Amino acid sequence: MTIKVRVPTPLQKLTGQPEVKVEAENVKGLIAQLEKNYPGIKDRICDETGKIRRFVNIYLNEEDIRFLEKEETSLKDGDEISIVPAIAGGI
Amino acid sequence: MSYLKGLRCRECGREYPKQALYVCEYCFGSLEAVYDYDGIKKILTREKIIKGPKSLWRYRELLPIDGNPSAGFYSGFTPLVKADILARELGVRELYVKDDSVCHPTWSFKDRVVAVALSRARELGFDTVACASTGNLANSVAANAAWAGFKRYIFIPANLEKAKIIGTLVYLPNLIAVNGNYDDVNRLCAEIAAKYRWGFVNINLRAYYAEGSKTFGFEIAEQLGWRAPQHIVAPAASGSLITKIWKALKEFEKLGLLESKVETKIHCAQPEGCSPISTAIQTGAEVIRPVKPSTIAKSLAIGNPADGYYAKDVVQASGGSAGIVSDEEIREGIKLLARTEGIFTETAGGVTVAAAKKLIREGKLPKEESIVLAITGSGLKTQEAIQDSVGQAAEIEANLAAFEDKVMKKNPVAAGR
Repeated sequence: MTIKVRVPTPLQKLTGQPEVKVEAENVKGLIAQLEKNYPGIKDRICDETGKIRRFVNIYLNEEDIRFLEKEETSLKDGDEISIVPAIAGGI
Repeated sequence: MSYLKGLRCRECGREYPKQALYVCEYCFGSLEAVYDYDGIKKILTREKIIKGPKSLWRYRELLPIDGNPSAGFYSGFTPLVKADILARELGVRELYVKDDSVCHPTWSFKDRVVAVALSRARELGFDTVACASTGNLANSVAANAAWAGFKRYIFIPANLEKAKIIGTLVYLPNLIAVNGNYDDVNRLCAEIAAKYRWGFVNINLRAYYAEGSKTFGFEIAEQLGWRAPQHIVAPAASGSLITKIWKALKEFEKLGLLESKVETKIHCAQPEGCSPISTAIQTGAEVIRPVKPSTIAKSLAIGNPADGYYAKDVVQASGGSAGIVSDEEIREGIKLLARTEGIFTETAGGVTVAAAKKLIREGKLPKEESIVLAITGSGLKTQEAIQDSVGQAAEIEANLAAFEDKVMKKNPVAAGR
């Protein structure tokens, strides 16, 4: 499964580019694979316990994975993942 | 003279220079402006504030700019209305309405944050400003950026109220209506902000922008005679306003500007169709679960609140509570404030009034204590929400007989309350 990952500015120092391709079966595997390719990136996305940080949003094809199966959300060929920090706004 | 020292991550404490930064590079936490309070304490007095401009810039020392302000010269310093009639109706002793439905120039508290964001955008050298908005911010950025001479790009969810769209277009921005909800708009804007060197007021200028909300809290304290009320009820979308009102009161306390210690309880008001923060507070949950919003209070329809955790912390640390109200209660809240105090507020204001009513009934707002309601914007922008529940004009022919027949006979005490 080749997944396209859009990388937020703060993490582009690690990936060197705004979009990378990764092979993975689910989100958890995708983060592990990202870590293999770009060491140090997992620490930034996940906290000490390995859970996705509370101010990091991960979207699968524009849907927040918290509305899907979270880290267990499975991926298929051609899927797109966006990693987006939480954004202020509203009241 | 600048008292702004830099930015600091609210999560991990890492420090950053006072530039246009999005989030903490390490942990994605949001960045907070850091001030030289010792320096401020030496020069900031009640007298200095009182002599200052009748706008939010009277608190300039506590706002995150280096030089002189360059936008929003007339924003803020809105009335704190002693709401005796509403108080009687709700059965409480001391009630006030902080009324930002008359904030200059676009009738919402967003004029405060935009005044600060655009002043900072100029200092940082931007010629283009942008925002993602549920409406009020769109109006305010469009208007203030027109006046201050910025190029402007405004992104909104496509289903926004018509008045908010027209009230943005009139200032000739580039207005982009995105098919999706506010959270979708924000996600898109995060990607745009990474690509273009624009000042996005709620993204890379967020640390500065958000500080403008403090002035809502400063004014409440100043207008109450340099004291903090016992309760403030405020609506929440991202939760930012709640955290900044709290910060404002704490700053005034730290600088010795208040008569006594801050013992204010902050109460969070959200609509049933989008209440991730209030729900977490009411259930005592650790985690704030994002929701898919569905509410007439579109300015509160943020399912994934960026400041939700901080707002929840403030409510809990202050000993406050949370209210959740239905669309019908919101409409009744809007009408109640209009009927009693003559103030026509937007749906978010309806949420505040309705939540206060509920919290008074539940005893969480004690009847003998001072209460301030945060009214954040004007009802003229969200007329669709109540158009079917305010009745209709009596239409008559232009003669006295018709008037007496169609109006006075039906309703002999029409002039009464």
